[in-house]
Amino acid sequence: MLRLEPRSTQSFAAAWLSPVMALVLTAITGGVIFLAMGKDPSTALYIYFIEPLTTTSGLSEVAVKAGPLILIGVGLSFGFRAGVWNIGAEGQYIAGAIVGGGLAVYFYESESTLLLPAMLVFGMLGGMAWAAVPALLKTRFNANEILVSLMLVYVAELLLVHLVQGPWRNPQGWGFPGTRMFPDVAIMPLLFSGKRAHLGTLITLAVPFIAWFILAQTRFGFTVRVFGSAPLAARHAGVHGHRIIWHSLLIGGGLAGLAGVIEATSTIGQLMPNISPGYGFTAIIVAFLGRLHPVGVLLAGIAIAVTYIGGEGAQISAGLPKAVTGLFQGIILFYLLAFDLFTRYKIILPSRRTAAQ
Amino acid sequence: MKKLLKLTTVMLTVLLSLGAVTQASADKLKVGFIYIGPPGDHGWTYAHDQGRLMIDNMLGDHVETTFVEGVPEGPDADRAIAKLAETGHKLIFTTSFGYMEPTLKVAKRFPDVKFEHATGYKQADNVSTYSARFYEGRYVQGQIAAKISKSGVIGYIASFPIPEVVRGINAFMLGAQSINPDMKVKVVWVYSWFDPPKEADAAKVLMDQGADIITQHTDSTAALQAAAERGIYAFGQASDMIQFAQDTQLTAILDNWGPYYVKRTVDVLMGTWSSGDTWDGMGPGMVGMAPFTNMPSDIAMMARETAESIRTGAFHPFTGPINNQAGEEVVAAGETADDGMLAGMNFYVKGVDDKLPQ
Repeated sequence: MLRLEPRSTQSFAAAWLSPVMALVLTAITGGVIFLAMGKDPSTALYIYFIEPLTTTSGLSEVAVKAGPLILIGVGLSFGFRAGVWNIGAEGQYIAGAIVGGGLAVYFYESESTLLLPAMLVFGMLGGMAWAAVPALLKTRFNANEILVSLMLVYVAELLLVHLVQGPWRNPQGWGFPGTRMFPDVAIMPLLFSGKRAHLGTLITLAVPFIAWFILAQTRFGFTVRVFGSAPLAARHAGVHGHRIIWHSLLIGGGLAGLAGVIEATSTIGQLMPNISPGYGFTAIIVAFLGRLHPVGVLLAGIAIAVTYIGGEGAQISAGLPKAVTGLFQGIILFYLLAFDLFTRYKIILPSRRTAAQ
Repeated sequence: MKKLLKLTTVMLTVLLSLGAVTQASADKLKVGFIYIGPPGDHGWTYAHDQGRLMIDNMLGDHVETTFVEGVPEGPDADRAIAKLAETGHKLIFTTSFGYMEPTLKVAKRFPDVKFEHATGYKQADNVSTYSARFYEGRYVQGQIAAKISKSGVIGYIASFPIPEVVRGINAFMLGAQSINPDMKVKVVWVYSWFDPPKEADAAKVLMDQGADIITQHTDSTAALQAAAERGIYAFGQASDMIQFAQDTQLTAILDNWGPYYVKRTVDVLMGTWSSGDTWDGMGPGMVGMAPFTNMPSDIAMMARETAESIRTGAFHPFTGPINNQAGEEVVAAGETADDGMLAGMNFYVKGVDDKLPQ
């Protein structure tokens, strides 16, 4: 039998090369799949991975799509580093959209330029409040934060549906679920006319660098890193476990909430039942693909966004089915996990004698 | 069919006269479609895709069609629609209710592109809306269900509590009550258009609650197949699903978008396209019924007669007296509900065993 044995030291280069190798192998595997489908692999791969980055509107769309993935992914990576497993970012995203977007629902005739900044703050608070529940239950009753945060996703979804169909429903909406459209002052200004990239996109691109600074340069960042890699040692050094749990969940929740309200105030412009195509869950993949490093998450978010945008382009110009997008994302994850295994473990081949037994 | 033939001849004449024009501009007109599910759902999206293929078949020399499938109703829709517009599509059909705001937004950015939004209610200079009077078929289904059900309970899988869906439930209820005033309709909301596992689960819940006929306002064949497993009857939705449930499907409402799609494409080719709102039913052939199967011939006969009188306009499914759940009269005896009431319908008629989520 083959045996896996943990490596005593892990190579820094290998940890960073594995996502790159995963992408390369995904492209090669994809080429084989395209060939089997009777498409020219180089054209299909070009449409898929390169074309979205060759036009200004393509770049703008990649940035817009990557935005929430990066924001949430950066937030989650704090917690994941510290061993706090917040799986419910989707719920925190929705809570942020509800609390932040709720302001625009109540002040729908507002012309104040303060509305949008207030919504962003409220959105963050909403996400934090939602994440505070698993933090409280974890620190008080040692309840598993994976389950609690995940369950709260469904609660948030149902709450949103209830609000947009009930008390917040657009009175001029013929009974269709959804709030009024937000007033102009509650809409993110566009960066370029005719493109969808907006002010929130800039915030999104700045956050990973701020997070990098915090992780690398502050005492708090240090405790997160230490707590994740050696919790016992951290405790002896006086790091308080409860505090780390609270901070991790509040940061994750706050950034997810911010992502939610930014999305509501930019690409959507109202609250409605479908405000997230699963960003909170996809961001978990993004966080790991980015090695739980803020700048890595930024790159990973862009990579995943490219597969979405390229997937649409491939449907339009190459007639490829949508399933290929999901296939690619699955293959990336598969290769990444495989490479991670090899960076953390070495394979011990069976000796001849044991094989003969 | 006869109507289709007539349409074909009209189209051919049009195209012959068009020949000179299109030869001058060698480029084909590009027509794009945005789908909520995959064309292989064999329901809603499949029916739209059949309409797209009709354009290919009849206008293939002048037109090229493209589709983007599985586009979620939300922030992604805007991008997918815009992408079609950017890649030179001059006529774009967005085929789900939730694409309404994104369609309007993109239409503003591309004033020279024509947009057609299915089942919405907001138009613009370059945005038309169109829908079909599916409720006409629902009424016929309600009558059949009431004749066949032994438990007197019908299970109805509903997607979103919007007027279009509520209208279908009410029409079904009215049809059932016209046969047996004590019929009950139980409703499960799945808050999705296309989610086969959820649709099948909902069907099971309803059957556990005593429903012995299943019908659905969702896009897949899952509910029908769940009913087949338990050996009870059910209805197909949006297209003829008989091949998935030979001994189960009683009939199906058929969405027949093709003629409308061909007509609107020809309008663009000829430069006569203008914004409007189309809401057609059995009369113009936008709604049809699959063959009445798995039922005694007298019930099939009754169903055919009802469908025929709806088709000719002799009978309107929403004919009073109609009471809401509170027992208040909403349509007086002998009168029919007007399109305004139908389009904004947000109440249940008496007898629906559910509280409308709101």
